[in-house]
Amino acid sequence: MTELIPAPVPLRVIGTPLNRVDGHAKVTGSAAYAVEHPLEHADGPLHAWMVQSTVAKGRITEVDAAAALAQPGVVTVLHHGNAPRLSDTEDRELTVLQDDEVGFRGQVVACVVAESPEAAREGAALVRVTYDEEPHRVEMTLDTERYTPDKVNPAYPTDTEDGDVEAALGDAEVVVDQTYRTPYEHNNPMEPHATMAVWHDQHDGPRLLLYDSTQSVHSVASTLGSVMGIERSRVHVVAPHVGGGFGSKGLPHCHVVVAALAARAHSGRPVKLAMTRQQMFALAGYRTATIQRIRLGADRDGQLAATDHTVVEQTSAIKEFAEQTATITRMMYASPARRTRHRLVALDVAVPSWMRAPGEMPGSVGLEMAMDELAYACGVDPVVLRERNDTDVDPGSGKPFNNRRLVECLHRGAERFGWSDRPVEPRSLQDGEWWVGTGVASSTYPAYVMPGNSATVRALPEGRYAVTIGAVDIGTGAWTVLTQIAADALACPLEAVELGIGDSSLPSASVAGGSSGTSSWGSAIVAAAQAFREEHGADPAPGDTTTASPETVPAREEHSMHSFGAVFARARVHRYTGEIRIPRLLGVYSVGRVVNPTTARSQLIGGLTMGLGAALFEESYRDPRFGHVVTQDLATYHVAAHADVLDVDAEWLDEEDTLATPMGSRGIGEIGIVGTAAAVANATYHATGVRVRELPVTADRFL
Amino acid sequence: MEREVALTVDGVRRTVTVDTRTTLLDALRERLGVTNPKKGCDHGQCGSCTVLLDGRRHLTCLSLAVAHDDAEIVTAGGLGRLAGASTDESDRLHPVQEAFLERDGLQCGYCTPGQVCSAVGMLDEAKQGHPSYVTEDLEESPELTDEEIRERMSGNLCRCGAYVNILAAVRQAAQDSVRQGSV
Repeated sequence: MTELIPAPVPLRVIGTPLNRVDGHAKVTGSAAYAVEHPLEHADGPLHAWMVQSTVAKGRITEVDAAAALAQPGVVTVLHHGNAPRLSDTEDRELTVLQDDEVGFRGQVVACVVAESPEAAREGAALVRVTYDEEPHRVEMTLDTERYTPDKVNPAYPTDTEDGDVEAALGDAEVVVDQTYRTPYEHNNPMEPHATMAVWHDQHDGPRLLLYDSTQSVHSVASTLGSVMGIERSRVHVVAPHVGGGFGSKGLPHCHVVVAALAARAHSGRPVKLAMTRQQMFALAGYRTATIQRIRLGADRDGQLAATDHTVVEQTSAIKEFAEQTATITRMMYASPARRTRHRLVALDVAVPSWMRAPGEMPGSVGLEMAMDELAYACGVDPVVLRERNDTDVDPGSGKPFNNRRLVECLHRGAERFGWSDRPVEPRSLQDGEWWVGTGVASSTYPAYVMPGNSATVRALPEGRYAVTIGAVDIGTGAWTVLTQIAADALACPLEAVELGIGDSSLPSASVAGGSSGTSSWGSAIVAAAQAFREEHGADPAPGDTTTASPETVPAREEHSMHSFGAVFARARVHRYTGEIRIPRLLGVYSVGRVVNPTTARSQLIGGLTMGLGAALFEESYRDPRFGHVVTQDLATYHVAAHADVLDVDAEWLDEEDTLATPMGSRGIGEIGIVGTAAAVANATYHATGVRVRELPVTADRFL
Repeated sequence: MEREVALTVDGVRRTVTVDTRTTLLDALRERLGVTNPKKGCDHGQCGSCTVLLDGRRHLTCLSLAVAHDDAEIVTAGGLGRLAGASTDESDRLHPVQEAFLERDGLQCGYCTPGQVCSAVGMLDEAKQGHPSYVTEDLEESPELTDEEIRERMSGNLCRCGAYVNILAAVRQAAQDSVRQGSV
């Protein structure tokens, strides 16, 4: 395989608003998601249904499967006493049906396999599990015992300290010292996590085929290979279409292992396992709640002298996940003295994981609400305050930014939003029975380009090219934008590209996460196309093939690589009922070159919409006795519905960033949610004069 | 207990043996292999499983198949035919689907078959003068304002957050149908 630093791509179709190439299949419903793939077997597939623990901590003393097995159609009841053994049990989230330990309420303790989904579900309800309960801890407060993790996600230092924060706070003319809280939130992609597993016992050993709803076919293949004790190359993962993920499908969860275990005894016969919406609240990851104390010290003009951001957040006792909540404070504003700290509370609860912009999203809620408070405390316009604390150099790393255009985003947004018309004082504008206000927040997200990507270009007859990489389209538009990138990189018509993605038999690709997909996969495709032309020229023979991988760009390491944005919100709060409406939400972004304006705009307004939901609705409410989520469906866990979303729009600055990628683009999947909830909350303060420091911001706060 | 029911799905009459516990959605997806309607919540809370049942939009996850013997079902896969496409035009889309494509009213695509069926059903309801929660005058035929469309489409959740584009698509399809005098 060739390795090279890809050169910038001459543009033809990159930057044009091509409609989704998979759009026809999606509007008709013919696009096949995980458990929808028709697999031929004389008896049809088997159906698996998971049984979950009803205690938070303890040991299983008995699994009584008799009643379940007596149900017509039930084939097996798997539990820790009879399930096949896993070879790697280091990850306690994935170690299912292996021992009698229960680490949280909702953990999988058995699985019913049946001839029909109805029989499997009925069987699952009939499995009787008894436990020896042990004392458990499921609530996080500021008094709960906490610890300092070794690092925060994915590998950032837990704490940082520069300058003398206490002295600078002591000398500051204006100090903001407040505590902000964000709730537990669940990703809730529309397609529930689902897997279809089938084993094939062959002369050279077993092979596992998985149709999985995942953000990374390659990581599912490597993880399942290791857990099941077979070579990675013997696990084949297929995911041509994935119904959203938002981080929750970034890493395989336990149901993939359960499906593989359930299918093991039925060689050749597929087993379908689809999580219920309710099960997703225990088994598919979520965003931890955070308690953030922020102290800002500034002069009367709002120039920061000290910033202190200390976060208490939660992980599961069975597996650590440390959300990098305060990392945004390390790079966002110039502040000579800075301190950031993360402390974790380990509870006997489900395992948290990635949710859209882990770290930046909750961190921006605290930081950008605190900046708003500082603006009012200093009597400085919130836009001007942010401008005043802008910096060309990343204060945390000391490196120059690649392309920091935060102030231009703020200015453009302010102009388009009519920001200058707002009254300075909060609670000073009424429209009938509604208080009206506006709010702003800055946004940022790192420009990640992941290692470990390669792509293959193969010449086909009649001037066509097969371009393949094991990437996944979770709704981002990867099918479309990677086709555009391949066409420009090969200097061929769009129609000449036959793209292949969503299959672990294709070249290695990193996760569709961290807003890194298009950057990482696109760079690999460009590298492969350029290496292909180098090797085979402009007129290749059918069958000519090149696989290549992009080399790391050294100059990138010398810069702090980030995108920036500014979010503006208008809020109306009803003076008698407290009802909150957001008639307008606008994000202006600096994200490098936009590869496809149509799909890019969709991702940005999608992020803004999810941020709006986080601001006003989303909260996973836990039963304080057992630690499970009681709002475990879409009627009680409220995501933004159509009637909640009024004028939401996004635009971007005209630019390119060839330091980031040879396409000149940076990632856009997550930046739309960063800062958005703070902008909305800040607008409700400006409308009412009531500062709500806890999400979601709900009507009762204003009464 | 098992029963046989007959369903006409996207113009094709089929008989299927179902468990009396089988939902209409599972009858379509698991027994007939018709996976155009999606299962997002199985509780009638998300709208992904919406089809047109005997001409009206309907949540198939909330119905038992045995209760719908002889029903006529149109999924997102059959909307083109509903709009007049012949059998040799299987790729032809309904104007609502065309509008979703043009306006990018989708991302992951999982809620989309339900959204388009819901939109087709909703436009017909509005044409027949059905009011919604936000209709001011219950005597007059409602005008499909943005507020009306948002309200009437709120039974279909989209976690990717494509609502702004879904609104634009439905508005475009509604305007086109008024111009052409049909849905």
